[in-house]
Amino acid sequence: MTAYLMGRLLQAVPVLIGVSVLVFLILHLTPGNPAIVIAGPDAPPEIVRDIERSLGLDQPLYVQYAKYVSRLVRGDLGRSIQAHDAVLDHLTATFPVTLALASVGVVWTVLVSVPMGILAAYRRNSALDLTTIFAVLAGNAMPVFASGLILLYIFAIHLRWFPLTGYRSLATLDGWRHIALPAITVGTGVVPLLTRLTRSSMLEVLNQDYVRSARAKGLREAAVIVRHGFRNALLPVITVIGLQFGLLLSGAFITESIFSLPGMGRLIVTAIQARDFPVVQGGVLLFSLTFVAISILVDMAYAAADPRIRYG
Amino acid sequence: MATAREDDILIAAPALQVVQDGARRAGSYRATLARRLGKSWQIRIGATIVSLLVLTAALAPRLAVTDPTLPDVMHRYQGPSGAHPFGTDNLGRDIFSQVVYGSRISLTIGLISVGVAASVGVALGVLAGFYRRLDDPIMRVIDVLLAFPGLLLAIAIVGALGPSLQNAMIAVGISTIPGFVRIVRSAVFRVRANEYLDAARAVGVRDSRILLRYILPNISSEIIVTATLGIAGAILVAAALSFIGLGAQPPTPEWGAMANLAKDYLDIAPHQAFFPIAAIFVTILGFNFLGDGLRDALDPRLYR
Repeated sequence: MTAYLMGRLLQAVPVLIGVSVLVFLILHLTPGNPAIVIAGPDAPPEIVRDIERSLGLDQPLYVQYAKYVSRLVRGDLGRSIQAHDAVLDHLTATFPVTLALASVGVVWTVLVSVPMGILAAYRRNSALDLTTIFAVLAGNAMPVFASGLILLYIFAIHLRWFPLTGYRSLATLDGWRHIALPAITVGTGVVPLLTRLTRSSMLEVLNQDYVRSARAKGLREAAVIVRHGFRNALLPVITVIGLQFGLLLSGAFITESIFSLPGMGRLIVTAIQARDFPVVQGGVLLFSLTFVAISILVDMAYAAADPRIRYG
Repeated sequence: MATAREDDILIAAPALQVVQDGARRAGSYRATLARRLGKSWQIRIGATIVSLLVLTAALAPRLAVTDPTLPDVMHRYQGPSGAHPFGTDNLGRDIFSQVVYGSRISLTIGLISVGVAASVGVALGVLAGFYRRLDDPIMRVIDVLLAFPGLLLAIAIVGALGPSLQNAMIAVGISTIPGFVRIVRSAVFRVRANEYLDAARAVGVRDSRILLRYILPNISSEIIVTATLGIAGAILVAAALSFIGLGAQPPTPEWGAMANLAKDYLDIAPHQAFFPIAAIFVTILGFNFLGDGLRDALDPRLYR
């Protein structure tokens, strides 16, 4: 397992280098001089020069990249142009909110879709099975912001079951009331997908000989479904949960904007509108690192669930 | 052998291939295809929705009740009525007219960004799939791009270029490329295994001709399906960008931007959010149906 982990971590290196180049380029792909974009078109030349110097724009590109990476490695992400404080502080303040949103989102998504998928497979062509087919079609065509606005309208404005906007610590009940609608929102697109996937994965497994053997030797039906069926159907489900976690994280951009959550998504969007490049770069970098970390975790879970991968 | 004509390859190919090609020449392939396409309910619904959408976009100036950007402060937040089929928004603008004009923007975004992504993506995918020594460098870059999920990549690009509809289109186009490369490359892998390529090479057909005459036609169904579903994805991502204020800017009647504006008036004018959302939903549904239907109809493994 350790060897597998090391190999997997090594594979992530080129991706990380690529991510750092892309994030570095965010500042340099800007049409025109980023210093003028930041300072405004009418800014006096000395201010523009100051900004150029503070961003390191007066040096050759490869020097800038080398310096950028060496600062990254030391955990220095630069300073915000708007607020003049360390980008890292902005990220540490907002990251927990986005992580909480995505985690609660994933948990409810899995708790709903996996049992529904198993049931739909077990009772093929039942009303539940057909409902999930239509839910998938609708879910694929429904943008996250649409489901968010609909949930907001029904449950916060109309029924008043949940607060409109804002974020509280999850240590309190009030915090859970605040995170409920946003978390449901980020998961709405994923539930139908995961349900269908669990269903088709289960169907494949339920037709295997070992399931028939399990029944033949007189096991209870629940044991057949869960121990012999679901455990083998788990692999593709794990992959998709991992992939969807990435999707959930990017859904944070929209959800945080609807529910005014002080997370990374909102931080990045606000920074883009203010052309605060260091914050944009830091935010995109942390987002990408999270994705890479999750994909490694998913592969680990995969290897843990299936010995064939570990020793393959 | 150097004088052999390309058509001779068909004779050299396995007997089944000859029979299939014979049938194809007689026109029965086209007939079969047409029948399969017409029989699919998904294609019928999808094509209907997409045609209506194109018609709406083409006839927008005739369909619109008023100028979509014209404010009318005396008639704000009005619900649907005869004069305003979808009601009016927070500035008294006619929502129906905005939704109608919005179809032009969404279709343009979908077609242009997917058109660009498809040309770049198909070229890169074919090169990666056909030339082994190009495969590794191309896929390295693509894998990095795939490490970003679509929306984040688009947001990073808008972060560099600045928020605007045009930049959102560029961002959506670029973030659609990796998916294209992946699919085209694996389609080329599938075709490359066929013996008729060895035969073509054996009689001295040039690479460029092999690519254009033997490979491209055989992967065209994958390209068509990916592009159709890609349009849906592009419209969705562009609307999401506009919704968070990084795409089309007001008063452009882009559906995502309209929903963004409407979210502040949900309590007094829910219809202001409902209609643009419904427009996006139906549009995406249309392209998804069309794409899924085409995939089922064009998949040679499903021929009966």
